[in-house]
Amino acid sequence: MSGPESTLVLESVSRWFGNVVAVNDVSLTIGPGVTGLLGPNGAGKTTLMAMMTGFLAPSAGTVTLDGEPVWRHTEAYRRIGLVPERELSFGYLTGRQFVRANADLHRLPDASAATERILGVVDMVEPAGRRMDTYSKGMRQRIKIAAALVHDPAVLMLDEPFNGVDPRQRMHLMDLLRRLGDEGRTVLFSSHILEEVERLARHIEVVVSGRHAASGDFGAIRRLMTDRPVKYAITSSDDRALAALLIAQPSVRAVRLRPDGGLDVQVDDLGSFAVGLPRWARTADLSLYDLSPSDESLESVFAYLVAR
Amino acid sequence: MNSTIIKLAAQALLGRRRFWLLLAFPVLLIALTVTVAALTDAEAAWPLLPGLGYPVVLPLVAVLAASSVLGPEVDDGSIVYLLSKPVSRHSVALSKWVVAWAATMLAGALPLYVSALVAGGGDRALAAGLAAVVAGTTYSALFLAVSAVTRHAVIVSLLFVLIWEGLLGNLLSGVAWLSVAQWGLRIGHEISTELPDPTNLPWAIAASLVVTVGGVWFAGDRLRSFTLRGED
Repeated sequence: MSGPESTLVLESVSRWFGNVVAVNDVSLTIGPGVTGLLGPNGAGKTTLMAMMTGFLAPSAGTVTLDGEPVWRHTEAYRRIGLVPERELSFGYLTGRQFVRANADLHRLPDASAATERILGVVDMVEPAGRRMDTYSKGMRQRIKIAAALVHDPAVLMLDEPFNGVDPRQRMHLMDLLRRLGDEGRTVLFSSHILEEVERLARHIEVVVSGRHAASGDFGAIRRLMTDRPVKYAITSSDDRALAALLIAQPSVRAVRLRPDGGLDVQVDDLGSFAVGLPRWARTADLSLYDLSPSDESLESVFAYLVAR
Repeated sequence: MNSTIIKLAAQALLGRRRFWLLLAFPVLLIALTVTVAALTDAEAAWPLLPGLGYPVVLPLVAVLAASSVLGPEVDDGSIVYLLSKPVSRHSVALSKWVVAWAATMLAGALPLYVSALVAGGGDRALAAGLAAVVAGTTYSALFLAVSAVTRHAVIVSLLFVLIWEGLLGNLLSGVAWLSVAQWGLRIGHEISTELPDPTNLPWAIAASLVVTVGGVWFAGDRLRSFTLRGED
């Protein structure tokens, strides 16, 4: 990276469309390194990304990059590389032509050398001579990243970069983004998949229903999540007896008999429950047939974080 | 103006199926004129120009050209790849217009002039050619502005041509003052009095200029406010 490090700051940013509030009073500071913007679909991530990249005006609050507003400020794109979720509609161009066009639009002094350099970085030198409409999803993502990086920006923003990308390509992209973060770039990516964010981001911002729900490193977010009440579905040799046994335990908040057999159990203290359950069952001479979490969806995790 | 955007817009225009439609209209016009002139005489082919070439083919070509250089990219949001660059949005709009204008001249005004030459030539042909250059220039800027505003640019532009310029223009003489086609004819009238004289010359020149400059400027202004909205 050639220039100084950059910081993106959102101060009390809200955005509404008519009566619908898409983003509600969000304040964030995103600095160098990899940051994950995590939230379920419809949480307002795309709206936030659009405001951070200068493609949407905040209804209230400010979005600034190194102190300058991003909206209607085309010079900011000298420091920003943007990888939109939208598909490329330039399929009639080769990868090399597309990246070169981006270099030309930035008026780089040696656009040809910059193009070849960045094609090497994203490992696309060999297929760069082919038309982009022949590329796989992963290759298109890499070409989009090359186009966003060709001018060596301090900030790289990617909207759902791993959507539809196969696991091998995903690993490759993650390595690339990690490397870019280690170089001191501010790398921000949005995702609705917890595992993606966990594997890549040093810092995480969680957005739910347009609100900023949590912020911190993954350990902090994970702790918040493991502290929450968890629901399990359990089947055993005697569900009624097990229900009576469980409700007596302080780590269990609620037990419900399911009409089709088995129990729904809501657990407050996951650690005590995990250690105690086999012991309690053995003492009462009960056999456990099945134990599975019933609300592990990300939405339930987010709902919990928001309620805190 | 930005040469990279001009190049990309030209490639986009040439790469779309619409391009063949764009070419079909002028080819049809010239073929018809040549056929009628060959079967009867050149003079008999002339009515094809005020009846078909000028009021239909020219604006259709301008609609297709202007909507092809901007419309699809705005519709699918891929224009974000061009706009996330340190390039003035007005420069993006101007570059797009240059491509739409060149296509309108090549596939609209030039074939019209060629047809006019086939149908007798002389001052009248030159006047028709000039009118087509003026109206084609104005149409391309106007329809570019429409493309920057609505996803239904082709329909809106066609309704303008067919209903405002065609239907109402024939019924109400006052519409001529607000008709791109009539401004072009009035300017062409300076070369040959065989072209009608629907308004006064200063008005025709000023109105054409204002709509052309204003249309390109407005398209750029709309791009400055281009908004990306996700499904959320």
